[in-house]
Amino acid sequence: MMTEPMIAGLWTDTVSFFGVHAVAVVLLKIAVVLFALLGLVSYTVLAERRISAFIQDRLGPNRVGWFGLLQPVADSFKFLLKENVMPAHVNRIYYVLAPCIALAPALLTFIVIPFGNTLAGEPMVIANLNVGVLWMFSIASLGVYGIVLGGWASNSKYPFLGGIRSSAQMISYEISMGLSLIPVFMHVGSLNLTEIVNAQSHRWLFLHPNLFLAFLIFMISSFAETNRLPFDLPESEQELVGGYHTEYGSMKFALFFLAEYANMITASALMVTLFFGGWQVPFALPESLSHPVTWLAPFVFQPVGFVYILSFFLKMLLFLGVFIWIRWTLPRFRYDQLMNLGWKVFLPMALANVFVMGIWMALSV
Amino acid sequence: MNLLFYIFSGLMLLCAALVVANRHPVTSAMLLILVFFFMAGLFVLLEAFFLAVIQVLVYAGAVMVLFLFVMMLLDIRSSQIRRQNAPAMLAGLSVGFAFWVEFWLILRHSALPVGAPMNFDAGIRPIGKLLFSEFVLPFEITSLLLLAALVGVVLLSQKETR
Repeated sequence: MMTEPMIAGLWTDTVSFFGVHAVAVVLLKIAVVLFALLGLVSYTVLAERRISAFIQDRLGPNRVGWFGLLQPVADSFKFLLKENVMPAHVNRIYYVLAPCIALAPALLTFIVIPFGNTLAGEPMVIANLNVGVLWMFSIASLGVYGIVLGGWASNSKYPFLGGIRSSAQMISYEISMGLSLIPVFMHVGSLNLTEIVNAQSHRWLFLHPNLFLAFLIFMISSFAETNRLPFDLPESEQELVGGYHTEYGSMKFALFFLAEYANMITASALMVTLFFGGWQVPFALPESLSHPVTWLAPFVFQPVGFVYILSFFLKMLLFLGVFIWIRWTLPRFRYDQLMNLGWKVFLPMALANVFVMGIWMALSV
Repeated sequence: MNLLFYIFSGLMLLCAALVVANRHPVTSAMLLILVFFFMAGLFVLLEAFFLAVIQVLVYAGAVMVLFLFVMMLLDIRSSQIRRQNAPAMLAGLSVGFAFWVEFWLILRHSALPVGAPMNFDAGIRPIGKLLFSEFVLPFEITSLLLLAALVGVVLLSQKETR
């Protein structure tokens, strides 16, 4: 069906449509973001272990490298070199497919996040989609298949219960998560994440009382969406051994693990972008920082672009820290409490928030 | 763009056929998700990005998760599924044929250009405006229908009445 000239033709069309330069830049951005994301994932795991140790008055892994900084390298070698065991009772196709389905959406969602203003004239976002936030939601909602299929394909009761729990939990919290963001869209008038960041150049959105409530609902729902404590019912060790990944080992287990942390990073990035000004530097207007050298932009190395990326990165790290801090501080919810919180507290609260925001906007016009 | 149209629609038809032909419920569900993906691809080719994203969000991300949820709970083994019987097959084929004829008749008399990009903006604003002005009654009726279905399910799933 797809002959060689056809593929070549498709490639030529793409290049002539967008230009060689644009295609190369996009590929470069994808490569850099992907490596940064995976690197950050492995160091978030290390941070989690060190911080949990600090909270529990232990030392944590501090033997490999300086202060344990090479521990992620050792861990990845361990995962890669371990024997790839496949239990005899599993459904082979879905058992192998599930970790891949879990990881792919976790990495795909990051492409719409603007992680900086511009660098050498290029906007620092891979895909500036007009439906940005909806794209994130639609791709993120596919991540549940990895967990559900993993639990089901393992053909064993605890993983199965974990998978079932996870699908019910993620569907429930997706609703309050999506509804909580509607006031943001009403305020900004766009779903495009770059426009949402630009709208915050003078005032970050969480300073608005309605949007602060939206932020709280969104943050707590995103804990449930990423299966983190206090909502980690799908993998609760004390009841379900390890939940959906009980039967997984070596690299296949590592993929589930990577997916969880990648989701955490994306959730932090989304919170920064939506409510905390994205790449904006606090107390400094973008005009005062970047615009004097605009006409030189394509030729000159622009440190200001890096300042924005650094600002975004630091804010994101702050939220990752909150994720870890909460995990080691709060105990786990019971399953009925989890469902009550989602359906009877957050859903009405988010709906009322939309209503109040509408009245606010009608009055302030 | 034309080539992509044929790739997407070809793969979509192939997956749709496999949804029916496959004997394993979970595999059928996964193939149906692929069908939704290729349909979203077709929407993208028509530059209806909002519809494409909603297609994935609602059907692949929510509806099919619930389908899969129910299938896994029921745990239908492929060996327990009965072999196809002639009357059911006949009924299915005749409904399919009737649908096909209807579809063909509609397409023949429609004023819509087939396969050409739409000449109107399929963004969020125009769709929202249409839903809340011209189509507000069908929209509200649909929501009432869904509510009735929801109430029905709650009633049916109650083991005993009070």
